[in-house]
Amino acid sequence: MIMTLPFSILHWSLALILAPLLPGIINRTKAWFGGRRGQPLPQAYHDLHKLLRKGAVYSRTTTGIFRLGPVLGLAIVMVALALVPAGALGAPLAFRGDFIFLAYALGLMRFTTVLAALDTGSAFAGMGASREVQFALLAEAALLSGLAVLAAGTGQFSLSGISARLWPPDLHQGGASVLLVAAAVLIVMLAENARIPVDDPTTHLELTMIHEVMVLDHGGVDLAFIQYGAALKLWLFAAIFTGLAIPLRTGRPVLDLGVTVVGIFLTAVAIGVIESTMARLRLLRVPQLLVVALALSLAAFFWTVR
Amino acid sequence: MLLSVVVVPVVLGFLALLVPAHGPRRGLLLAGSAAHAAAVGFALVRTPPLRPGAWIGVDATGLLFLAITSVLFAAVAVYTSGYLGRESGRVVRDAEEGFSFSNKPEAVFVACLLFFLAAMSLVCISRDLGLLWVAIEATTLVSAPLISFHRHHRSLEATWKYLLICSVGIAMALLGNYFLAFAGHGRVHLKLEDLLTHAAALDPIWLKAAFIMLLVGYGTKMGLAPMHNWLPDAHSEAPSMVSTLLSGALLNCAFLGILRGHAVLQAAGLGRFSGDLLIFFGLLSMAVAAVFLIRQTDYKRMLAYSSIEHMGILSLGVGIGGLAGSGAMLHALAHSLTKGMLFLCAGQLLHFYSTKTAADVRGALHRLPLTGLLWLAGLLAITGSPPFGLFISELTILQGTLASGRWAVAVGYLAALGIIFIAMARIVLPMVFGRDDQVEPAAGTAAARPREALWYALPALALGSGSLLLGLYVPASAWHFLNRAAQLAGGY
Amino acid sequence: MNALLEILILIVALTDFRLLASSRLATLIDTMVFQALALSVIPLSLTAAPWPWRLMTLVLMTLAVKGVVLPWLLHRAMRTVDVQREIEPFLGFSSSVLLGIVLLGLSFLIVRPLPVTASPGAGSLLAGALFTILTGLVIIISRRKALTQVVGYLSLENGVYACGAALAVEEPLLVEMGVLLDVFVAVFVMGITIHQINREFDHIDTDRLAELKD
Repeated sequence: MIMTLPFSILHWSLALILAPLLPGIINRTKAWFGGRRGQPLPQAYHDLHKLLRKGAVYSRTTTGIFRLGPVLGLAIVMVALALVPAGALGAPLAFRGDFIFLAYALGLMRFTTVLAALDTGSAFAGMGASREVQFALLAEAALLSGLAVLAAGTGQFSLSGISARLWPPDLHQGGASVLLVAAAVLIVMLAENARIPVDDPTTHLELTMIHEVMVLDHGGVDLAFIQYGAALKLWLFAAIFTGLAIPLRTGRPVLDLGVTVVGIFLTAVAIGVIESTMARLRLLRVPQLLVVALALSLAAFFWTVR
Repeated sequence: MLLSVVVVPVVLGFLALLVPAHGPRRGLLLAGSAAHAAAVGFALVRTPPLRPGAWIGVDATGLLFLAITSVLFAAVAVYTSGYLGRESGRVVRDAEEGFSFSNKPEAVFVACLLFFLAAMSLVCISRDLGLLWVAIEATTLVSAPLISFHRHHRSLEATWKYLLICSVGIAMALLGNYFLAFAGHGRVHLKLEDLLTHAAALDPIWLKAAFIMLLVGYGTKMGLAPMHNWLPDAHSEAPSMVSTLLSGALLNCAFLGILRGHAVLQAAGLGRFSGDLLIFFGLLSMAVAAVFLIRQTDYKRMLAYSSIEHMGILSLGVGIGGLAGSGAMLHALAHSLTKGMLFLCAGQLLHFYSTKTAADVRGALHRLPLTGLLWLAGLLAITGSPPFGLFISELTILQGTLASGRWAVAVGYLAALGIIFIAMARIVLPMVFGRDDQVEPAAGTAAARPREALWYALPALALGSGSLLLGLYVPASAWHFLNRAAQLAGGY
Repeated sequence: MNALLEILILIVALTDFRLLASSRLATLIDTMVFQALALSVIPLSLTAAPWPWRLMTLVLMTLAVKGVVLPWLLHRAMRTVDVQREIEPFLGFSSSVLLGIVLLGLSFLIVRPLPVTASPGAGSLLAGALFTILTGLVIIISRRKALTQVVGYLSLENGVYACGAALAVEEPLLVEMGVLLDVFVAVFVMGITIHQINREFDHIDTDRLAELKD
């Protein structure tokens, strides 16, 4: 573990540096499907740079919470990112029970966003917050039960331990559970990161927004923090999904790191494909989709403990 | 030779689909019935021995039910040829709601009747439980078009419920078959001979599970509560002769499936388990029938609930075993004859009074003397009054219950019978007596006394006298036969 | 337990969830057919190759009936009555999926104490089969359209067949053919009845067929 600590920290740093590439990859994939050239890959960096230099206007109806929200959110996700392993390479901050901490950190991040949104007193922000929290109810359940299944299956209680022991799967427990949890995590990833089929990130109609509407009132540095935080969250989920979906655990940290990063980029491409080929679900059907994710996790649970 | 009871009706059924004229088609029906009766009579006189490993064969129980089916079908065949002569081509006005409807094509109806006979016969002569299952499912499928002969919304509703509920139930029975096969660990086939010989070697847990599934599955088809919901609808919306066959023959055949399972469990030493289950469902059916008969307004539904009650009595009798088992076999015979006659009478009442509500039928004895008489006699018979056959069988079952020391069961049995007698008498007696409010046409005119056709009177009288005969005298050889049937059905 | 069997059980469970969650009739029919096809391959995965000709015949017949004939009948019925969706079932789709989770757990719970010694993995297969049966029952009970109830019945039949496969029951070929024939005729007769119901009522909502009662 001590030997691999520099590589773990390297993984964390790479995440911090490379995360804004992910939205770019997704947009390029969608553009390719649309027959367009699309934005250049480092567009997100340019946007962040632009936003960091801008000032912001704060409404008189808001309080300090509104300004605190984005900062807290970014801080939380940066900490959470330090829990995510890369294949057999452990995370820098791994400890026993850290997957529960991860779920709660994500919840806390959502809480700060929602709080900041409600602080504006805007009706639309409230509407988006209510939808977000409703879907989060089911998404969190699916995510936690999925991670619990993996913990029960491998006998490890830390994300890094789980990840190291995941492949090759124990033939009695079967790789079936891992596939089911991977599918559930995919759906949760799409939900948490406000992707089609749950939410359309490019919509500009407030009535159809879920996540976007909560950040509508932020500008300047706050918006930069929020966008960067969203990219980090996407990296986080993509890393977990890659760990589940790609069955490669070499013993060497550099290879593991490389495989994970490539897997994360491929996941971004996959998200782009999904976004281009599916339509956004009716709002009434989104809870049904999340219940299906929960069903997949619990099915994996029953399969593991049978 | 034995297979002819199945093959001949099937062939004639296909012919009925092809023959364009009505007369020859009804002739085919009568011919099929006659051939079937002849084959059954031959088997009764000289029972062919059971060949080991054979797919079909008759033992006493199967032969009893086959004979009942044959007799009933003969009555139905005569009735139907006349009925179709009257109804064919007519646009009918519905009794309850007054709309007009048409009937199904006659060819399909006659063909399905013949296929129905074939399927029921196959159930009776199967020696393999898998073949039995196929035959019972086949009976469901060919009888569904019969129920919706009158094409209107109520009969279609009844048909759909019948189809779906019975198919689901029978799928459960298939699961029971699989459990039974697994109980033998692949070494014992589902042939009855094999199962009975190797019964002791079968795994008891899976045997019990198998019987539960068979009871629930075939019990749905038989009309045991709480799986009986389809029965009142189907038996009341079908035309009378179809109801006769459904109540009198089909329910028995479904019971045969349960009896085969009971026999296997008995041979394996688990007879107490299956017997207790049968008693429970039997009493429950009787109780449910009693409750629903109390305020019944529709006289055909009344007959349907009465069928549920009698199936409960059958189940009870076989569950107790011994003397009660033999009583149950007699009961099957007597009930089929009586219920058949009652349904034929009900059809006649429906035709002349144009209503299914019992309160609107008055003075049947006056207007339709034969029908009224038979209806009254039928009431007495079906509720178990002497001198009819059902009295003997119900008394025998009571004797058997008391002899086995089950006092509580006997009390419940008698209580249900009593309630049902009162409930049915309340419905039927005013129908038979009572003054007809309609203006009496002038004496001497042809319209004063509607003629009761021969094609109706003959079968009804025949069935009625059969029921009476059973009550007056059951020869010793018959009792011997019934005892044998009960023994093979799992009695001890 | 071999990998093929594991994947098949997984497919069965997933198709059950899909049946519970779908409202489109075409999806329901296709999912049920896919489930039937996956299940008909199970006897092949439980017996070592080379497979006896009896088994091959049975599997081919099952594939033919359940894979070609039944979907054709059902799609034709769907076109005749012009019904595409199950609009308002008694049990909503999310609730159905949640109930499905409970039933899946229940199935595993029930099968656990039973001595299923047919082959390694038969216990899990039996649990999957039981789950399919329960799914079929839920669909029959909670859906309104008659066609959906037919799909539920066929899912029930799939489950029963899977139970037979799990317990390695070797019925004579004649009986298995008889069972297949019965299922085919059942769907045929049900299709005709649905057509007649539609012609008479102008809908196939079974909850509106509620005139006969005491």
